[in-house]
Amino acid sequence: MNVMSKDVDTGLTEKISVQDLKFYYGSSLALKGISMPLFERQVTAFIGPSGCGKSTLLRVLNRMYDLYPGQRAEGKIMFDGENILDMKDLNLLRSRVGMVFQKPTPFPMTIYENIAFGLRLYERLPKSEVDARVESALEKAALWKEVKDKLHASGLSLSGGQQQRLCIARTVAIRPEVILFDEPCSALDPISTAKVEELIDELKHEFTIAIVTHNMQQAARVSQRTAFMYLGELVEFGDTKKLFTNPTDSRTQDYITGRFG
Amino acid sequence: MALDLAKYRRRRLRSTITVSLCWAASGLGLTILAVILATLVFKGFAGLNLKVFTEMTPPPGSDGGLLNAIAGSLLMTFFGVLIGTPIGILAGTYLAEYGRYSKVSSVIRFINDILLSAPSIVTGLFVYEVLVRPMGHFSAIAGAAALAVLVIPTVVRTTENMLVLVPNQLREASSALGLPQSLVIRKIAYKAARAGMITGVLLAIARVSGETAPLLFTALNNQFWSTDVNAPMASLPVVIFQYALSPYEDWQRLAWTGALLITAAVLSLSIAARYLGTSRTPK
Repeated sequence: MNVMSKDVDTGLTEKISVQDLKFYYGSSLALKGISMPLFERQVTAFIGPSGCGKSTLLRVLNRMYDLYPGQRAEGKIMFDGENILDMKDLNLLRSRVGMVFQKPTPFPMTIYENIAFGLRLYERLPKSEVDARVESALEKAALWKEVKDKLHASGLSLSGGQQQRLCIARTVAIRPEVILFDEPCSALDPISTAKVEELIDELKHEFTIAIVTHNMQQAARVSQRTAFMYLGELVEFGDTKKLFTNPTDSRTQDYITGRFG
Repeated sequence: MALDLAKYRRRRLRSTITVSLCWAASGLGLTILAVILATLVFKGFAGLNLKVFTEMTPPPGSDGGLLNAIAGSLLMTFFGVLIGTPIGILAGTYLAEYGRYSKVSSVIRFINDILLSAPSIVTGLFVYEVLVRPMGHFSAIAGAAALAVLVIPTVVRTTENMLVLVPNQLREASSALGLPQSLVIRKIAYKAARAGMITGVLLAIARVSGETAPLLFTALNNQFWSTDVNAPMASLPVVIFQYALSPYEDWQRLAWTGALLITAAVLSLSIAARYLGTSRTPK
């Protein structure tokens, strides 16, 4: 069986395929049957006004909602041939589908430990190998130059932008296949934002990426595919350029021209 | 808009009266506290000398100190905290992490709050019934157990409160790396809440080290030096209780000194707890 389907139109591989996904917070329906693919090694942006369900959708992809009672999902999310919603080992899933949050969340430990900590959890590595992996993760997150002389300072001593890149390094270090970004720049200044965007552009050569953003320019800059969501529905999904220049749905048109949201 | 001067003055007057009442109330409270402390220091210092720390509690009329009582207090407090702290931390962890939203937890929380405010003499009677009576005699073990029962609710409360303060984002971020919940708690949540949890334990020590009633029913007292945990043991609060009520002047002097020692110890623990709590709050 061919577990990964090729999209006929684009020739791209579907890394994740969301199929008729419904999501409930208690009895209220937050996602009303979403179907869409995440293509391998592409950046897919989720845009839409507050409360449209874009963060909810992101948090289903690594089963983050399982931490809380009363939240449940129906439908199918195929990930390399397996349904994410049926998976039993959530820790394993989350090591394959990493996540970076809105607010930087460094752990209360040193910069080095912030990264080495997750690594040691999955692999038994000699110290030299851990050192190398920490360095390469920090390199990938474009943070190495800034912190290489203070690896043993607290992760909390960094600036907000650096903390966010530390969180990205931490996620990259355990080599996931997919990385989810939940409004990663909304707490950052413009310069840090530019750095994180560059980083995402770089990371897409290695990872499949999904990003939730309130900033339409950001979606246009970093993504290849965009999904516009509204009131728990997927209104339009497609090539980012096309969606921003020539949307098919009038609601998308209204949103990207700033008429609401 | 015209200013209604009469109304404004009335409001000012009401405000002045209320503020004065507040000052008077806090002044009264603080004065009483200051008088107690001053009396304690004045009377306690008079009897403070090296013998207090080197000699045993004396029979009336002869020289002596409080060594056996100090040692007994330290020993029973130590074991009480040693037994109570792990239980309290584990229970607090359950309430904050595993069972935060469950019904059982709200019942446990409610009962814990009752335990927290229950008179300590009830704890003493309880341990008397379950330990002292079956064993047939008073003992330091029973004393330590009674203190442990008092430590548990305090530690449960502070542990839960401190863990709840740890932002959920930190938990989500660690889960997102694929950490199992046990590790999220041990490596992340405990680390972030450590200062507060230590403060809780210090406060628990401060609380139990002055307890008299539970020891009266469990460890009772001992005139002599004893480290036998299976036998009755002296403790500062019980010795103070006994000596202060006695008609002998030298006993009364020793009681004052003992009271000063306990107060000083509790005060320094509270200051330490306060320092830890404010300077290193959960990050």
